[in-house]
Amino acid sequence: MKTAVLVFPGSNCDHDAYHALKHVVGVDAEFVWHKQGTLDGFDAVVIPGGFTYGDYLRSGAMAKLSPVMGAVRRFAEGGGPVIGICNGFQILLEAGLLPGAMIVNDSLRFVCDYVHLRAGTDRTPFTRGIPEGTILKIPVAHYQGNYYADEQTLSFLEERGQVVFRYCDPEGNVTRESNPNGSARNIAGICSEAGNVLGMMPHPERCSEEAMGSADGRRLFDALVAWLGERTA
Amino acid sequence: MNEKTVTPELAREHGLSPAEYGTVLGILGRTPSLTELGIFSVMWSEHCSYKSSRIHLKKFPTKGPRVLQGPGENAGIVDIGDGLAVVFKMESHNHPSFIEPYQGAATGVGGILRDVFTMGARPIASLNSLRFGRPEHPRTRYLVSGVVSGIAGYGNCIGVPTVGGEVSFDECYDGNILVNAFTLGVVRHERIWLGTAAGVGNPVIYVGSKTGRDGIHGATMASGEFDEKSEEKRPTVQVGDPFTEKLLLEACLELMRTDAIVGIQDMGAAGLTSSSFEMASRGGSGFLMDLDRVPQREEGMTPYELMLSESQERMLIVAKKGREDEVREIFEKWDLDVSVIGEVTGDGIGRVRWRGKTVAEIPIAALTDKAPVYDRPAERPEGQDALQRLDSAGLPAPSDLGETWVRLMCGPELADKKWVFRQYDHMIRTNTLILPGSDAAVLRVKGTRKGIALSVDCNSRYCYLDPFVGGMIAVCEGARNVACSGAEPIGLSDCLNFGNPEKPEVMWQFRSAIEGMAKACEALGVPVVSGNVSFYNETMGKGIHPTPAVAMVGLLEEASKRRVQWFSTDGDLILLAGADRLGVHLGGSLYLKEIHGKVAGTPPPVDLAHEKRLQEFLREAASVDLIASAHDLAEGGFACALAESCISGPGSAMGARVLNPFPDTTRPDFAMFSECQGAVLLSCAPAKRDALLELARRFRITMKELGVVVGEHVDIEGLARVGAAELRTAWSEGFAAALGLEK
Repeated sequence: MKTAVLVFPGSNCDHDAYHALKHVVGVDAEFVWHKQGTLDGFDAVVIPGGFTYGDYLRSGAMAKLSPVMGAVRRFAEGGGPVIGICNGFQILLEAGLLPGAMIVNDSLRFVCDYVHLRAGTDRTPFTRGIPEGTILKIPVAHYQGNYYADEQTLSFLEERGQVVFRYCDPEGNVTRESNPNGSARNIAGICSEAGNVLGMMPHPERCSEEAMGSADGRRLFDALVAWLGERTA
Repeated sequence: MNEKTVTPELAREHGLSPAEYGTVLGILGRTPSLTELGIFSVMWSEHCSYKSSRIHLKKFPTKGPRVLQGPGENAGIVDIGDGLAVVFKMESHNHPSFIEPYQGAATGVGGILRDVFTMGARPIASLNSLRFGRPEHPRTRYLVSGVVSGIAGYGNCIGVPTVGGEVSFDECYDGNILVNAFTLGVVRHERIWLGTAAGVGNPVIYVGSKTGRDGIHGATMASGEFDEKSEEKRPTVQVGDPFTEKLLLEACLELMRTDAIVGIQDMGAAGLTSSSFEMASRGGSGFLMDLDRVPQREEGMTPYELMLSESQERMLIVAKKGREDEVREIFEKWDLDVSVIGEVTGDGIGRVRWRGKTVAEIPIAALTDKAPVYDRPAERPEGQDALQRLDSAGLPAPSDLGETWVRLMCGPELADKKWVFRQYDHMIRTNTLILPGSDAAVLRVKGTRKGIALSVDCNSRYCYLDPFVGGMIAVCEGARNVACSGAEPIGLSDCLNFGNPEKPEVMWQFRSAIEGMAKACEALGVPVVSGNVSFYNETMGKGIHPTPAVAMVGLLEEASKRRVQWFSTDGDLILLAGADRLGVHLGGSLYLKEIHGKVAGTPPPVDLAHEKRLQEFLREAASVDLIASAHDLAEGGFACALAESCISGPGSAMGARVLNPFPDTTRPDFAMFSECQGAVLLSCAPAKRDALLELARRFRITMKELGVVVGEHVDIEGLARVGAAELRTAWSEGFAAALGLEK
């Protein structure tokens, strides 16, 4: 079982994702440079957070052109599990692997803080065993995390069970006050129609150990390991 | 193209005094070229040469068993055991941040990051010390927003967490804000690199961004006062590109894992000039550099401009001969420019060529050894005695102590700084064990059990009233904050922000503050390993309060023994360690300033022997798990420290019921808000009480049992009582409200 952590120029949560996978969860992980055109031999892909190409154009708009993204597309089409975190989510949106777009936070400021998430579906490889309604405490850190899609797309996502996480208060209520960035319908994470591609703004890799203030993020990586184990069994 | 001819007038315009220009003529034995004049001017600027401060900086203790590198390099290095070391430095970016707050602050962060990773260390945390004018000053809100977003913009993008710092306001900074940035990195001993040029024939390699016309004479700007035309200096501020710096960071660390290089230095103030001359000076060598090979962003740049540009995100490397291709390959992988621009020579001369001509030829030893050093006259200001007079008894007592308490807690000094910290990524790299908001931030060092505690402090009112005592207090507070978290202070970096050193009163403040700091450093056994001096913080002849900011670095052998400043458990006991340090000390207090509108008197007294024992006691109490929290009494005195311990934690607000620790005073306001040095508020589980008191006896620390964590009010019996939850709400909104910022 081997996971790929993609590294683009400007990725900066790559080490954190690697640490969570390799040293906390204990699954094999390897950095993959963005110029690599293949993901052969990998069982899952993590697109970590950061500021690829400085986010000087739209976030993710440059990274989607890297050779490795063609490989990610093929990997996803084959049903392989892919998680894009923060800037990784933005790249998945720009690459068209997930619907919608990110705009600047409604506060017009960067926000780094712990938030609460309400799980919406356990059908992704990263949320197996995390039933709908589960409340997770996971931090966000972004400037462009205000998820936008037209009404039709939003309804479509909801109908198909593609809304994986929403921002909520500590009791699980999805409220305006608990939304840190103005995202449509408090959306914090969505998955592809098939469920194997997950994009989320919060950072599970930052809270995989109790010493970090929460270990809820680890549940996503544990779920992945269990899912991969079942698949190979 | 013909260069302008150098005249004594032109030299004066470059900031060189007639005597300094005379020395230049003596060194060269001829009239300098324009490029040479530029080189002398920046190398001998206050900013680069420390000509007014050097004789005083020698008073700092800079050695110790853990010190691997003291002042004089890009940053200081202190051993933390297990073959690891921490590399750190603090630096000012005051002048550019006042002119252009976003870029000024951003490039301040970029510069200090380069100082750290140029030594081979991966930066793991940044801090900053920020000072602005009055909250109601028309420019303050703009400056706060710009500086905070500039720090965030750079630090967040490069992916180094900003884990703490201080934000303070005073009228004296209306025309001169302070932006001091600190970064700490971790390195294995065998991977430490220094900024040295050695080995005749070794190639000199330029890497990073291309050189443009930005920031020419930034160092000279930082070496003069501001006037009403400061806005015109905007073009001397550089523009930051954190994305390129991230690439540069990764490429440099990758290169340093090889042994292809001899030395490396960033191009900071005075760019190509200071990096090349300083490296050659340290290596006792010379160099030959060809400016036509410097990657350039603009056409038609003159040698003068190329040598003085402060374009960001550039480094100068001396590699081993024959290893050029390895260097090239790594930097090309990261899409960065790389160019061999010269070589190391053995004749001790720095030679710069451009379009086939020699445009500068300067003996390096003379440039550095004959750099001016001044013992400037120092004189205690005439008004100092008057300033130190304070008739405490004559102050009117407030009618509602509870309201006064809330007012102080919600004012911009003490209010929650979350509005600021939320904009900084303070969690990236997953090492931050104690997030911003406690006395010190604590980070783990992955692969070990160790923790690093960081704090930055300075009470500039104390320094204004008595720079010697204020200097001692800055060091003591930093060390105490680190000790409250359970760590041992192992070194510090400072940013000495002062007015015009040509004024004897300013020089007196500077000398006194350094002597006070040095005394405290000696007593506590903390070396000064790096730092920076920022003079000329004056606008229209009016200087700032002396502000020697101290960034303290502490080590916890066991990160799991860290402590926070806030109460966590109902029923825990509340005790005051160092209770005999309390007294009626209103001089320089926040209460005196905010409630009575005065900055006067003398700072609270310091007892260095007690301070040392207190800090040892705190570390011991943390390491054997006798205390749950520790918070030092600082601005706002006992009542505000108590309130902070109740409301500053990440959970909901806690209540407390305590005795008034000043039973004999007739002035309850003095009891609540007097400030002192050497007292710490503790909480502990009831079962630990006896052992804690015993430990205190062993360290000869006077303890007073005050009460218990309980209920929904912060209650000082017989004096004042406020609702904990209401106070927390008001405190968390106070900062934005005071500045008129959006929540």
